[in-house]
Amino acid sequence: MPAAMTRDLDATAEGGQFPDTCAAVAQVVDCSHCGLPVAPADVVAQSPQQFCCNGCAAVYSAIYQQGLERYYQLRQQAGKAEPTRSSGRSYTELDDQAFRDLHVRTLPSGMDQVELYLQGVHCSACVWIVERLTQILPGVVGSRLDLHRQSAEIVWDPAQVALSEIARKIDVFGYPVHPFRGASTRLLRRQEERTLLMRIGLAWAVSGNVMMMSLSLYAGWFSDMDADTTQLFRWVSMFVTLPSLLWSAQPFYQGAWSALKTRLLHMDLPVAIGLSAGYLGGAWNVLRGQGEIYFDSVASLIFLLLVGRWVQLRQRRQASDAAELLFSLAPSAVHLVDARGAVQDVAIERVQVGDVVEVRSGEAFPTDGVIDQGSTTVDASVLTGESRPVEVGVGERVHAGTTNLASQVRVRTEHTGEGTRVGKLMQAVEEAARRRAPIVALADAIVGKFVAVILSLAALTALLWWYLDPAMALDNAVALLIVTCPCALGLATPLAVHAAVGRAARLGILIKGGDVVERLSKPATVLFDKTGTLTQGKVTLQATAGDEAVFPLVLALERQSSHPLARAVVQAWPGLAAPEAQDVEQTVGGGLRGVIGGQVVTVGSPEFVLSQTRTRVEITRQDLSRSGATNPIEGAHLRPTQQANGTGEIRPDFPRALTLGPSALLAGSPSAFATGFDAQAQVAQWAERAITPVLVAVDGQVRAALGFGDAVRPDAAACIAALRQFGCRVGILSGDHPRVVAAVAAQLGLDADLCWGGASPEAKLARVELEKARGDVVMVGDGVNDAAALAAATVGISVHGGAEASLQAADAFLTRPGLEPVVELIEGAKRTVAVIRRNIAFSLVYNLVGVVLAVSGVLNPLFAAVLMPLSSLTVVSSSFRSRTFARRGAE
Amino acid sequence: MSVLYLVIPIALLMSGGSVAVFLWAVKRGQFDDVSTPAVRMLHDDDVGSRDPGKEPQAPGSTPPS
Repeated sequence: MPAAMTRDLDATAEGGQFPDTCAAVAQVVDCSHCGLPVAPADVVAQSPQQFCCNGCAAVYSAIYQQGLERYYQLRQQAGKAEPTRSSGRSYTELDDQAFRDLHVRTLPSGMDQVELYLQGVHCSACVWIVERLTQILPGVVGSRLDLHRQSAEIVWDPAQVALSEIARKIDVFGYPVHPFRGASTRLLRRQEERTLLMRIGLAWAVSGNVMMMSLSLYAGWFSDMDADTTQLFRWVSMFVTLPSLLWSAQPFYQGAWSALKTRLLHMDLPVAIGLSAGYLGGAWNVLRGQGEIYFDSVASLIFLLLVGRWVQLRQRRQASDAAELLFSLAPSAVHLVDARGAVQDVAIERVQVGDVVEVRSGEAFPTDGVIDQGSTTVDASVLTGESRPVEVGVGERVHAGTTNLASQVRVRTEHTGEGTRVGKLMQAVEEAARRRAPIVALADAIVGKFVAVILSLAALTALLWWYLDPAMALDNAVALLIVTCPCALGLATPLAVHAAVGRAARLGILIKGGDVVERLSKPATVLFDKTGTLTQGKVTLQATAGDEAVFPLVLALERQSSHPLARAVVQAWPGLAAPEAQDVEQTVGGGLRGVIGGQVVTVGSPEFVLSQTRTRVEITRQDLSRSGATNPIEGAHLRPTQQANGTGEIRPDFPRALTLGPSALLAGSPSAFATGFDAQAQVAQWAERAITPVLVAVDGQVRAALGFGDAVRPDAAACIAALRQFGCRVGILSGDHPRVVAAVAAQLGLDADLCWGGASPEAKLARVELEKARGDVVMVGDGVNDAAALAAATVGISVHGGAEASLQAADAFLTRPGLEPVVELIEGAKRTVAVIRRNIAFSLVYNLVGVVLAVSGVLNPLFAAVLMPLSSLTVVSSSFRSRTFARRGAE
Repeated sequence: MSVLYLVIPIALLMSGGSVAVFLWAVKRGQFDDVSTPAVRMLHDDDVGSRDPGKEPQAPGSTPPS
């Protein structure tokens, strides 16, 4: 088999082998409503408004009738956006009691309130039109959009209008509606955020006012301030600081208390000691009328540390908000078939065991069940990791979460919710996440020693000064405690992580917590899932061999089928002109057969195609022997077939086959045919690369072969090379067939010892835990089958397009396709940890200076007041100015 | 310097007042969403509306802008 006959698909497509039949339209007219180009046939001459479809025209006139045409002006000002498209769903499931119980709140006024996620809102025109719902629909009392969270709060009168009607109206404007899944936790969080913000506000006001007093006192040193005035300022500072110390600083006392209780040292402990020592020492000095006070330092410490907390809180929220939006996209409606056979959209929570649900092409199965009616192809890769679509028919089992690829089927439900396989996997995920030991943050790791050192130094200072000057002993010890209060140290980690996580988010990398960054910084074993992670996750045409002249015939047949392989062919040859095929019939699990221009074309699995050609050989033999059989098909032992194209009667052109001569036919092997195309060798060669072969026979003669597979992502090799450079070991952990995994591993040059195939979700989990005994494990995956492994790994990364379960389990997830972000994530984490280390070093140096000054007794409150903000400022600028996460190659 | 005995309490009262206003605003959710109001304020309510008499009532805590 000459190598030149096998060519990669890319070369075929790029080489312009096939003429592009899509002629460019001379002038593109955009639809006045949705912004998509209008087909040339639909352009109305001389009209200012053009519409791509009747739906858009209807919406346009509806918006005009309501007097809301300003929407289009606003939209234009907001700039060119994505096309507006409504989904046209009925949303009747929103009126279900099950949905109401979960998501709708009834207000004291008798109105109902719900929070909805509006997909696609992004600009001021969106805000405007959504908030005009009150004028458009009678019964809607309020409508308020939060652009950042893409959620709208709707208040309506249930007696006047149904929620489904409101949803349909919003959908018409081009924003598909989803119930907001995270609404219940949101209320709690909102309260938490508000309380912290109030503490900060108070702390800020207090520190500002105390600073004014202190400034007067410092000025008073140089221009003799009389004792009464000095004492007045001192008393006032003491009282003004009190609310901040008692209320704003509460989180630190709570943290310190729980640190003491659990005997785990935490940054809050030295903070609490410093704050209370500073205040109590100062108060004592105010009472006795002499000595230093540190109220200004205490007040600004509280403020700065609270800002650090706020930053930390917001950064955690960002990632989980984004995850919640993705969860909200999961289907919430099910097409339930009732006893009379009518189909009705209901909330997913309402489906019970025994119910029949309809699942359309492209939708995910909502429950575990058995096919009741119809047959289709299922993409189960999310659950099994298997890249090849699975054919299922009546009586066969399908699982929730897998996708229906080909045609509409009805499923009798066997398990719902937590009883489904996905539900059980999610329990394993939670279990694995619970078992994972929390890591000790870098800063907290040194806190233990820090506290011990500071306390002994304070004692030492007190002792030392007891001998030198007993009156100064307490003052100097307090000075030491306040100046070493780890403000910069407390800010070092949160600020560096916040700055880094923000940068990462802009690159499409969402990190769920600061500790993830620290865990990612060490070299680890990186295990990739194969299907959908290392590979594209969908079957594409990868290679072709044989006679290219038959490709248009193949396309003619494949266009008639909805099988995933057929779709891959249609996608691969967009510009190829194909003739009309007649009498196309499809054999489930076999292939296609049809007549094109008088030639019988068969496309399908090698077994199918060869059985067809051999059948032909048999028939021809029979024909030769007893010439004139009435219906050759009867003797052909064809497997039961499905008519794909009407009632087509099959009329193979047998006499034509005979013209080849009996010797060739009787040889029985396709390799003996006139073209000299050795299909068997090609199939064998592809088998090594785990490529699924499809043969093409024309008139019983195998003329070409097509190879299908799940292509490895183009950036996979570069990604693996970069990870190795960081000192990571790279492997594959996949649920797909070991042979396929071996082929991909060989292609990427991976160590076979680190590549496992055929792993069930449970086996993946076990493997990750086994590897963890040897060191850190980073798991990169996308499917439900990876979720437990993601949760168990030191760090789990879910790639773009990952399943809901994997997003939930992962510590970081990517919203940008490809594997490059994985490298950026690990590289950025390393850089961030370097910044954290630098910050800690800075703050320790400042503390050292402070200690020296305090022990030697020359520290006064002015030094402390200057030193503290200065150290914090260094840490802040160091955190925000460092380049941590960046696109690779964009230096 | 006895004027200080009058001025300092006044200053403290003023800052206490502004802290109170801030706390009230946070409690009413004025700071929950800081990105949308920036966009919303650009809209004139009356333009294009055929029903200008009725001001939409907001479900949230912030008054309509």
